[in-house]
Amino acid sequence: MAHAGTVDRMDAEPEEAQRLATEARDRVRFEEDALALSDQVYRVARHLASSREDADELMQETYARAFRSWRSFTPGTNMRAWLLRILTNLNIDRGRRQQRAPQMQPLEANDYFLYDRLAENGDGVSDEEQVVERLSQDDIVTALSAVPHDFRDVLVLVDLGDFSYADAAQILDIPVGTVMSRLHRGRRILKRELAESALEEAT
Amino acid sequence: MNDPCAHCEEMMQPYLDHVLTDEEMARAEAHLAECVDCRRRYRFEESLRIYVRKAANEPMPEELRVKLSALRIPLD
Repeated sequence: MAHAGTVDRMDAEPEEAQRLATEARDRVRFEEDALALSDQVYRVARHLASSREDADELMQETYARAFRSWRSFTPGTNMRAWLLRILTNLNIDRGRRQQRAPQMQPLEANDYFLYDRLAENGDGVSDEEQVVERLSQDDIVTALSAVPHDFRDVLVLVDLGDFSYADAAQILDIPVGTVMSRLHRGRRILKRELAESALEEAT
Repeated sequence: MNDPCAHCEEMMQPYLDHVLTDEEMARAEAHLAECVDCRRRYRFEESLRIYVRKAANEPMPEELRVKLSALRIPLD
């Protein structure tokens, strides 16, 4: 143990200064990495929240908390998922779930009713890519915000955020099977909402 | 009675999420190759997802970017 004596003789202060410098460097790097992900986090946050204003506040609360608790992030793991876990928890804590209760009215019997509806209203245009373009951006944003939170959280994480079922399950702290069933139902609710707005516009 | 289209509907979401097993995938594709209705509906579903993702993509406001940077904890 030839080196042990060398360490003992070292002044404790420079060691502490070294530790603090390393920590400061790690923290700065963490903050920069987190900020570099903010566009991607916002893309998801915008629709987890019910409005732009809510999304704005939620982002600030999330980043404030992330910067304070940066030590609990494990380097090398998925930082975007880590940030979104904070964000979805804050969203739940802030009681943004009082939206209308999950609708229990039956969903249409099959998965295809939106297509059928858009195609039947079309002037003979039945090309799939063109049929979706009958929906406006507003239709889509409004329909998304009408999906009840439990379903929307999963839908937004997977379909807009590109998270896997497993990542979404971890972020929301629910089983993978629940992610799959909520996703399926959430997509149906979204299509029903879209079908309703398409129908309103047609009349 | 075995209606392959009924089964196809059930397979559509996992098919588009790329989570079917190879065997299920092969079965779905074999059916899609011969069923025009299902093919169109699958294509519609896929187009819809792409379209929703595009329409829902709102850029982050610049003011928010500035606010987030301001939340950084200053070095002592």
